[in-house]
Amino acid sequence: MLTLTCPCCGVTAEETELAPGGEAHLKRFGPGASEAEFEAYMFARANTKGVVFERWRHAYGCGKWFLAARSSVTLEVFGTYPAQTSAPPADLIAAIKARVPGWEGYP
Amino acid sequence: MSLRLTTGGRLIDRAKPLSFRFNQRWMTGLAGDTLASALLANDRVMVGRSFKYHRPRGIVASGVEEPNALVGLGEGARFEPDQRATTIELFEGATAISQNHWPNLAFDVGEVNSWLARFLPAGFYYKTFMAPQAAWARLFEPIIRRSAGLGRAPDRADADRYEQAYAFADLVVVGGGVAGLTAALAGARAGQRVLVLEQTAHWGGRAPVDGGVIDGLGPDAWVRNAVKVLEKMENVTLRLRCMAAGLHDHGHLIGYERVADHAPQTDAPRHRLWRIRAGKVVVATGALERPLSFAGNDVPGVMLASAVRDYVVNWAVAPGQRTVIVTNNDDAYRTALALLDAGLAVPAVLDTRESLTGDLVQAVRARGVRVLEGKAIARVRGRSRLRGVVICRQDSAGATAMSETIACDCVAMSGGWSPVVHLWSHCGGKLLWDASAAMFRPDPTCPPTGADGAAMAVCAGAASGALGLADCLRDAHKAAGGTGKPPQAKAPTEAPIAPVWVMPAKAGIEARSKMWLDFQNDVKVSDVQLAAREGYESVEHTKRYTTLGMATDQGKLSNINGLAVLSEALDQPVPATGTTTFRPPYTPISFGAIAGEARGDLFQPLRRTPMHGWHEAHGAHWEPVGLWRRPYCYPRSGETHRDAVNREVLATRRSLGLLDASTLGKIVVKGPDAGRFLDMIYTGVMSSLPVGKCRYGLMCSDNGFLIDDGVVVRLSDDTWLCHTTTGGADRIHAHMEDWLQCEWWDWKVHTANLTEQFAQVAVVGPNARKLLEKLGGMDLSKDALPFMTFAEGTLGGVRARVFRISFSGELCYEVAVPASQGLAFWERLMAEGAEFGVTPYGTEALHVMRAEKGFIMIGDETDGTVIPQDLNLGWAISKKKVDYLGKRAQERAHMADPDRWRLVGLETLDGSVLPDGAIAADAGYNGNRQRNTQGRVTSTYYSPTLGRGIAMGLVRRGPERMGEVIRFTAEGRLIAARIVDQVFYDKDGEKQNV
Ligand SMILES: [Zn+2]
Repeated sequence: MLTLTCPCCGVTAEETELAPGGEAHLKRFGPGASEAEFEAYMFARANTKGVVFERWRHAYGCGKWFLAARSSVTLEVFGTYPAQTSAPPADLIAAIKARVPGWEGYP
Repeated sequence: MSLRLTTGGRLIDRAKPLSFRFNQRWMTGLAGDTLASALLANDRVMVGRSFKYHRPRGIVASGVEEPNALVGLGEGARFEPDQRATTIELFEGATAISQNHWPNLAFDVGEVNSWLARFLPAGFYYKTFMAPQAAWARLFEPIIRRSAGLGRAPDRADADRYEQAYAFADLVVVGGGVAGLTAALAGARAGQRVLVLEQTAHWGGRAPVDGGVIDGLGPDAWVRNAVKVLEKMENVTLRLRCMAAGLHDHGHLIGYERVADHAPQTDAPRHRLWRIRAGKVVVATGALERPLSFAGNDVPGVMLASAVRDYVVNWAVAPGQRTVIVTNNDDAYRTALALLDAGLAVPAVLDTRESLTGDLVQAVRARGVRVLEGKAIARVRGRSRLRGVVICRQDSAGATAMSETIACDCVAMSGGWSPVVHLWSHCGGKLLWDASAAMFRPDPTCPPTGADGAAMAVCAGAASGALGLADCLRDAHKAAGGTGKPPQAKAPTEAPIAPVWVMPAKAGIEARSKMWLDFQNDVKVSDVQLAAREGYESVEHTKRYTTLGMATDQGKLSNINGLAVLSEALDQPVPATGTTTFRPPYTPISFGAIAGEARGDLFQPLRRTPMHGWHEAHGAHWEPVGLWRRPYCYPRSGETHRDAVNREVLATRRSLGLLDASTLGKIVVKGPDAGRFLDMIYTGVMSSLPVGKCRYGLMCSDNGFLIDDGVVVRLSDDTWLCHTTTGGADRIHAHMEDWLQCEWWDWKVHTANLTEQFAQVAVVGPNARKLLEKLGGMDLSKDALPFMTFAEGTLGGVRARVFRISFSGELCYEVAVPASQGLAFWERLMAEGAEFGVTPYGTEALHVMRAEKGFIMIGDETDGTVIPQDLNLGWAISKKKVDYLGKRAQERAHMADPDRWRLVGLETLDGSVLPDGAIAADAGYNGNRQRNTQGRVTSTYYSPTLGRGIAMGLVRRGPERMGEVIRFTAEGRLIAARIVDQVFYDKDGEKQNV
């Protein structure tokens, strides 16, 4: 039962207040996309053992979606940030690199 | 015969006798007894039978690790199976029955399994699964079903009350022994908010029984002082009878408090489930003693050495008059001393080690007890009660003709101690194999980590492997971040343990198949060795194959023994085998505690429309829809539900019906980009909808599947109102917000879910207009408000939005009024409609009428695998739009496959109603030897309008097969139905368009 701090309203919420939304920073492929592109967008998930970027919604709070970077192994939360971005913020990437030596970095 | 000693017993109150019943016999115990100590005091050594062989089983332990003494506790609505006698605090009038035997405990038919043991080896169940199917069904299953199972399930609803609560603390100390109290003192003195949980009813853990000196005091006195100090501190909360069941992500600890098990007469909740958020957890859960594996170690009378001295010291009960001690370590000598102090006989101590010089060994020798070095038990005498042991050398193959037999009625065995590392391991803490101490202990370099990446738990005292008293307290003080000096302890020095997993070391197969590892599930040393020979190398596989550690004690007693035996069989060191996964809860917790107050009326919230009370007062039969309750129908006196539905349908079609449609989702979408947004959300075009007009819309997931439908209304230039299904309002609102916030965040759109702000009434039937015109205030004529348009105004003085839409095929106005006016408006319609015979109708009439019209229902015609094209709804999909959610997905080959199942109407040849969900079989079989199918029924009703059954279904290439007759299988019958158009009533829509 993890806790995450919602970057929108500032509340540190526990999992019962949150709704999970799967992997963050997916690029949507619509009409015109190849079969492979669409398959990758809809179904292929990295399911990383280690640093993961996830979508969460503060469903029983402010209602806003946000993104979280955490470790699926140690359960450490590196940070949360607003969903209105297509890549993790640079300072967060730097913080993760400092905490997880050998991390290959955000693709 | 009473086995109660005349003196001693630190936990019992001899002035307070308690009566209790065991297997219908009244017995007497004392306040402070556990059911187990009271049974032993009444000379009830045998208390049950094992799971597989129904062997006689006696009490082995004195705490949570007890595998055998499981009873059914209580009666009637308070009956509960599989309760451990060792953890039940005795109370006046307690009633318990033993389990797993027939016809009675002393004589059991199932014991025949014991003679068949050689035919029921490890993996028996799996092997029989491979047998011919017929043999399984006729032979094995009936036998297993008759003899398997522990206690019987309760047959009534639980009469007790349960609750849940939250707690927060900087430091949660699990375990109220001397280590836990030391840690609590250290944390509390540092100013931390401390919560201490102890699973039993007493502080102090094992130390008061095991002895030693702490800060110059005996353990009992030291514990009393420590508790007194902690009780006075404002930042400390102490909780007895509260077991830490599991440690989860980010310091989330589940506590299980048995509030009133010991005092059932009070009106307190029986159990309380705590959801605790801990800054840090100190795991001071102690250690559990392991048994030794010798032939006949399951015979009643063979007990853990620590348990034997617990019964003597805590409850003044003598488990035996003559106790032989068998051990591989010094600790068991404490049992010898406790027995001698109580005046009981210890004919011998058998120690597998040689050249013993430890303080405790010398003390026992000094009392004149025979200490036999390098010795072991070859076998025991007695079946349902121990009579003696035959001894041999540990390094031998077993007894010889020369071997000595020692008469005894109790064996106190000790195979060493295993730290209780469950909580440490639940959330990722790793273990080390400590070969010199023959135990797994926590690896402090690999702790479970919290949100900040730092350790969220630390083991303290015996739980971290510090078994000696002085080490234990030093370790606990440090674990809690204590400053200054830890409590100073003095205890005898102890010599190292000798690992012993099979006794004697070279025992043959005959003996090894009588050495029990898992007493409850009947897993023996020979079973684990057989599993290894059959190729089970993983400890997790061996566990499942043999059922080792799968009993209700979850391997607490002897899992380490089992995996040590497996390691020897695989010829590898113990850490190479590893442990099975430790999973919460630590000990079983009640379903009542998990449910808490969420039962009956409090199971879930109930959503009520403004007219809910009216429906209730008018005899509505309810149908749950999401969290709402909607009238299914309004049966009149003497009417069946079927009668009522038919009456409601006919009355509506002939004159006038009213439906409470308030539960329909109403989401307002507003902003400069609202039209563009809705064009992405819906398959059709909503941006082009003129103000004041309504349009039916479909929503798909981006995977192409239909997720909701409803009528969209353009309220103004930049505002649309989206109706959703009753169950879809919250889900669809969340869906819209997901795309707005996470994909198109630069679009200027707001959404608001206004479902509960409006009451909505569908006024339906040929006289609908006449009724509303009576109310007056708006021009509702065909010309002023044609079909699929919308107007705002007042009706009978109430602000109203009137939508000309129809889900029944009749002339219909859906009128939305402010929720606060909903009931008054409804009552007004009922009163003014009397002259037209106005009839309120429920969801079933709604369904019948929509099915007569061939309209789909989300959840009936859709199931998450259906695309709009399957439902012949291509007309509601824009061909021109470049993009909408689901468009790309619907272009996949499988979605365009002409063989897809598509929606058709179905008419049975005999006019009967097709069973819901019936399947139409097809020729041939699939790869799983299952019959091929070609269709299924999705909606099916009796149509009172047509006087016959009507149905819709999804059928392969259905629309191309009009007129064809196919057969549906249901309830063992074949029912012939003709594929027809899905619109059964008023195909041209003339009735709704007047
Ligand atoms: Zn929030």
